[in-house]
Amino acid sequence: MSTYYTEDHEWIAVEGDIGTVGITKYAAEQLGDVVFVEVPEAGITFTKGDDMAVVESVKAASDVYAPVAGEVVEGNGDLADAPQTVNEDPEGKGWFCKIKISDAAEVSTLMDASAYKAFCEGL
Amino acid sequence: MGMQTIGRPTAPFASDAIANDTISGSRGLLQHEGLIFEVGSPDKTGVDLPKPKGRTDRLGGVARKVDTGLPGLTEPEAVRHYMRLSQRNYAIDLGFFPLGSCTMKHNPRLNEKAARLPGFADIHPMQPQSTVQGALALIDELATWLKTLTGMPAVAMSPKAGAHGELCGMLAIRQALIARGEAGTRKRVLVPASAHGTNPATAIQCGFIVDEIKADARGRVDMDDFKRKLEHTDDVAGIMLTNPNTCGLFETDIKEIADLIHDAGGYFYCDGANFNAIVGRVRPGDLGIDAMHINLHKTFSTPHGGGGPGSGPTVLSDALAPFAPVPYVTYDNDGYHLIEQIEGEASDAFGRMVAFHGQMGMFVRALAYMLSHGADGLKQVAEDAVLNANYVQARLKNVMTPAFDGFCMHEALFSDAFTADGIETIDIAKALIDEGYHPMTMYFPLVVHGAMLIEPTETESKQELDRFCDALEGIAKRAAAGDEAMKGAPYLAPMKRLDETLAARKPVLKWTPPAPEAIAAE
Repeated sequence: MSTYYTEDHEWIAVEGDIGTVGITKYAAEQLGDVVFVEVPEAGITFTKGDDMAVVESVKAASDVYAPVAGEVVEGNGDLADAPQTVNEDPEGKGWFCKIKISDAAEVSTLMDASAYKAFCEGL
Repeated sequence: MGMQTIGRPTAPFASDAIANDTISGSRGLLQHEGLIFEVGSPDKTGVDLPKPKGRTDRLGGVARKVDTGLPGLTEPEAVRHYMRLSQRNYAIDLGFFPLGSCTMKHNPRLNEKAARLPGFADIHPMQPQSTVQGALALIDELATWLKTLTGMPAVAMSPKAGAHGELCGMLAIRQALIARGEAGTRKRVLVPASAHGTNPATAIQCGFIVDEIKADARGRVDMDDFKRKLEHTDDVAGIMLTNPNTCGLFETDIKEIADLIHDAGGYFYCDGANFNAIVGRVRPGDLGIDAMHINLHKTFSTPHGGGGPGSGPTVLSDALAPFAPVPYVTYDNDGYHLIEQIEGEASDAFGRMVAFHGQMGMFVRALAYMLSHGADGLKQVAEDAVLNANYVQARLKNVMTPAFDGFCMHEALFSDAFTADGIETIDIAKALIDEGYHPMTMYFPLVVHGAMLIEPTETESKQELDRFCDALEGIAKRAAAGDEAMKGAPYLAPMKRLDETLAARKPVLKWTPPAPEAIAAE
C-alpha cells in the first residue's frame, strides 16, 4: 500500500484499485478543532478535483476535493459522532471515504510522502 | 476645633484584596443573571386576572391538558432579566465596534427621528396608493440617490439584505441568459477566493456552478488565473467580485476584468458590501458593473447586528434593467405608482423578491443619512473611513503584520505572522474583550493566515482610535512575546473563555430542569 498527497492537503492510500481518502495532519492542524464532517455516501462518483466532503472547524468550513476520479464504496460514518477523530488521527482512523479508483494513471500525478513534506515546508 | 467623627469617608483607600468570587455571583454593579427558566417558575405570574368564565372548547378535544411548564415571572423580574442581559450586550452605542467587513458605523439619531414620523411609521403596505404618495415619493427619491451615486440606470429596491440583493442580481443575470437562450449552457460563475461566503452560495442557489479564482500576492484577483478561466467562454455566465475586496484593497484591474467578462459573453456582479469605502468617489457604473447590491445597513448607517433589519437595494445596468423584479415605483402626471404585475412595461421582470416593496423604515433612515450629509458629506464619509483604516494600519504595522503591502481602503488586515508559537488570533481577540472592545473579525478572509480584519468606519475620532490602538499594541506585544496568560482571556468579562469546540461538537440546545434529588440536596 502506498500513500499519495495533493497540494490541497488530501491523502489517498492506494491498495489495488481501492483508495482510502482523508485530510493530512498538516491540514488538520491548520484547521484547528474539527467540529463537523460530512462524508460522501457509497455509490457517488467524482472526477478529480470535485468537492467530495465538507470539514468544519471552529475557524472555517472547507471543502475536501477528490484526489482522483472514482466511485465511493464506503464513507466513514464514525466521523459524524466523533469529528475529533480527524484531529486525533487524521491519517488513520480519521479517514473520510474509500473509493474505487477509475483511472490508476491519475494517482501517479500526485505527490509521494517526501515530496509532500517538502511542499508543506515551502508554505 | 471640634472634630467631626461621624459620616463616611469620601476618598477611597487602597486595598490589594480584589474579590474574584462574590457570594452573590454578581460583580460590582453588574448583576448575576440566570436563565429565564431559573429565574421564573410555572406557578408564578406577573398579572392577576380572573379565570375566564364559560370558555367553549373549539379544538374538538385536542386542547392541551397538561401545563406547558413555561416559567412565569413577576413584572420586576421580567424587566430586570432583560435589563441585565442588555447590560452584557456590546453595541455600537456603547463603544468602538471594529468588526471588519460589517461596517458597524454609528446610527444617527436624526435617522431614527425621521423613521418615527407617523406618516412613515404608521402606514400599511396594503393601503391604497393614493394615501401613501409621500412614502412612494421617498422610495423614488432614495432610488434616484442610489442610481446617481452608482452611475447605474435602474435599481431594484425590494431586497431585504445584502445576500438577498446578491440573489436579486444573480436572478436578473439568469433571466437575461434565459432571454438570450443561453441559460442552459452558460452555467459557470467565477468567484475570487477572498469572496464573502454568500457569493458562491448565491450562485449555487441560482443554479450556477462556482469556479474559484486565485488571489495574487497583492491580495487581488490573480489576472493570469482569471484569463486562464476564460480560455473557454461559451459556458461563462459571469463573475462575482467585491470591490474594494474583503482584504480591504481596491481591485485595480477591475476595468480590464469587466471588459474581459463582457467579451466572454458574461455579466459582472459586484458585491457592494464595501461601497462605503468608495461612495461619492467612484461610480460602479463607470467600471462596467452590471449589478451591485448596496447594504443600506452598512454604507448608509441604518442599524444592524441585532439592532434592525437589513436592506439591500440592487442597482442594474441597461443590460439587466428590463429583468428587474416587481414591485417598483414609477411617476406620471397622476402621481406615484407601484408597478405590481408582471405585464406591460414589467413583462420581462424575473419575478418578485418579497411580498411588498422592501424595508420602508430603512429607506427613511438611509435617505435621512444622505440628505443630512449631502453629496460632499458622503464623499467625506468614504474618505474618513479610508483615512481611519490607514491610521490603524500605520499605528500597528510595527507590532503586527499587515497582510499586504501598501495603503488599504476602509479596513486594515493583519496576519498572525507576528505572534509567538502557541498564541493565536483568537487569543488576541479574547484579550481585546478584557480591554473593553468587541473583537475584530477573525479568520476571515480565508486567504490570509489567522486573519484579523479591523474596520473603524468614519464614526471614530482620532482619540478613540488611539485608545484602541494603544490597547491592541499592548496585546500584540504580549502575543509576540508568547504571554501564555492570553490563552485564558477574557478574565474580566461576564463570561470567561468558552469551550467553542465542545459547544459546536455537543451543543446543548434545550434547558432541562434539575433532577428533584439535586434540588433536595441543596
